[in-house]
Amino acid sequence: MHIVVLVKPVPDPASGAERLTPDGRLDRAAAPAVVNANDEYALEAALKLVEAHGGEVTLLSMAPPSAPETMRKALAMGAHRGLLVTDDALPGACTLSTTRVLAAALRELQFDLVLAGADTSDGGAGVVPPGVAALLGLPYLSYAARIEPQPDTGTVRVHRIAPTGFDVLEAPMPALVVCTQALGEPRYPSLKGIMAARSKELGSRALADVGVSPQEASGAAATTKVVGTSTPAPRPPTRVIREPAAEAARQLVAFMAERRLI
Amino acid sequence: MTATTPATKTTSSSGLYRLSEEQLMLRDAVRVLADERIAPRAAEIDRTAEFPEDVRQLLATHDILALPFPEQYGGVGTDLLTVCLAIEQISRVCATSGLILAVQELGALPVLIAGSADQKQRWLPDLAAGRTLIAFALTEAEAGSDARAVRTRAVRDGDDYVIDGAKRFISHGSVADLVVVFAATDPSAEKTGRRLSAFVVETDRPGFSVTRLEHKMGIRGSPTAELAFTGLRVPAANLLGEDGDGFGIAMRTFERSRPGIAAQAVGIAQGALEVATRYARDRKQFGRPIGGLQMIQAMLADMDAQTEAARQLLYRACAAIEAGDGDPARWAALCKLVAGDAAMRVTTDAVQVLGGYGYIDEFAVERMMRDAKITQLYEGTQQIQRLVIARSLLRHA
Repeated sequence: MHIVVLVKPVPDPASGAERLTPDGRLDRAAAPAVVNANDEYALEAALKLVEAHGGEVTLLSMAPPSAPETMRKALAMGAHRGLLVTDDALPGACTLSTTRVLAAALRELQFDLVLAGADTSDGGAGVVPPGVAALLGLPYLSYAARIEPQPDTGTVRVHRIAPTGFDVLEAPMPALVVCTQALGEPRYPSLKGIMAARSKELGSRALADVGVSPQEASGAAATTKVVGTSTPAPRPPTRVIREPAAEAARQLVAFMAERRLI
Repeated sequence: MTATTPATKTTSSSGLYRLSEEQLMLRDAVRVLADERIAPRAAEIDRTAEFPEDVRQLLATHDILALPFPEQYGGVGTDLLTVCLAIEQISRVCATSGLILAVQELGALPVLIAGSADQKQRWLPDLAAGRTLIAFALTEAEAGSDARAVRTRAVRDGDDYVIDGAKRFISHGSVADLVVVFAATDPSAEKTGRRLSAFVVETDRPGFSVTRLEHKMGIRGSPTAELAFTGLRVPAANLLGEDGDGFGIAMRTFERSRPGIAAQAVGIAQGALEVATRYARDRKQFGRPIGGLQMIQAMLADMDAQTEAARQLLYRACAAIEAGDGDPARWAALCKLVAGDAAMRVTTDAVQVLGGYGYIDEFAVERMMRDAKITQLYEGTQQIQRLVIARSLLRHA
């Protein structure tokens, strides 16, 4: 089974230094880059699948030229190889450009499944994975809490998180699955994994190599623009009631009644 | 970055080093594991004084115990500095846990240094995988700094040796699967350095017993055992090197194991500095954080300077020892001497910065201060380190 995992280097949310440049773009120099946390869950799911069914995991990323450093960390977790699409024309590109580039790169790869994180901690749009599925005509299975390939029938069954529990979806492979944290915590890279990651294949492609023109995908062709940002007003402090159940219920009812919520 | 990048970039004549990208990644991976998985256990390990089997498993699973071993035996095959980076990061949060790697290396070094190809194949793969633990048994009740005074005897009997005697202060002595035992095979040898031989002893052999566990001031989760050998029979195939090689093997072992203790000391000092700095930032007295007071600032600055100086000497020593640059015994003694003293001073000052809160177990610095003391004592007291350094100086004068 061949699985491609879409990964994105993002500014480390733990650094507290995420910020935008004056022209509304991500300031990549402000904070160290890490693999987007949701993508790590997707990678973990992919690694577990190939451990169970055999096969290999390929990372695919569209990112600045510094991305290999971050991608090595994902290779250290156990992915077999990586492919980076990077181009001088791409800084400032929008999600539509990203979608087109990743779809074009995927056309050259063999895969049974494409796994992606639900969204990224920097952009947060969450539209790239469905966009990629749409461009490639792949079945799109979102918010997976469980992924069960059925090698006999060439299909994949996914438990999709739903308001009332799970929807069970089944689709022919190849398919694109959006992963959630319900799939399980990402592993720590082992030291041997880190050593091995140094010699793993990490390919690099420019826009022209994947057959995409700068008119289709580039900073200049961006279809969206950040025109302003504002920080939401801080929320009033949370009130926690620590009383025995009966008293807690009484206080809770009084609290809501006071605000005419009930 | 290519596969041919050396692990440590050194120039052998000047002994300069800088950490390679790979070393930084390995160090950071160990740091994350230490912060997230070991730090939350440290206080309990100290309080219960129980060997942290869970931490041993964690270190094995993540190949940290494999660091000192060559790749052909399933190890990671890194250099001494990388092993020390790992010990430092673990000891930063838990000195007992850092010692698990340091002792595994200490015990394995005699096999790595003097073992035959067969012996290495026999023992190293399980040690590298962390399936077995190994201890190093040189010290006796009456033979501490004077290692030549070992009284444990090993007498040849056909294809076997029969070992009788006792060892004291043996780290991991009660949890190890293998113990490297130094015993006198020729007590009357003219050259006192030829009296001892080194044997790898499986601890499930009849005649091996753990007679006592010490109650210690620090590194309380690390079991320190007294061992007794009564008619303990080991095949001659378990002898490392030749008859009489034991003392030399022990001394060459210390050239590579003492930096591990220096790394433990640097880690403890760094951990204490971090706790004290955060406390100085947050603790308010006289209406402002105590970090704004010059007397506290001066203590923090001195703690940082001492820790960094010890760390730089340690890394330099590792590079020099690995490059065979100068006298390795001197480098090993220099870094352990400076780091052990730095750890003791820095942790003592950390307790001072925290005041009354430093003296109770609500903060980790009192534990770190108790843990720091051992780094001035084991694998040669600070006095023995000075002896080694002075002898090296005078020999080359």
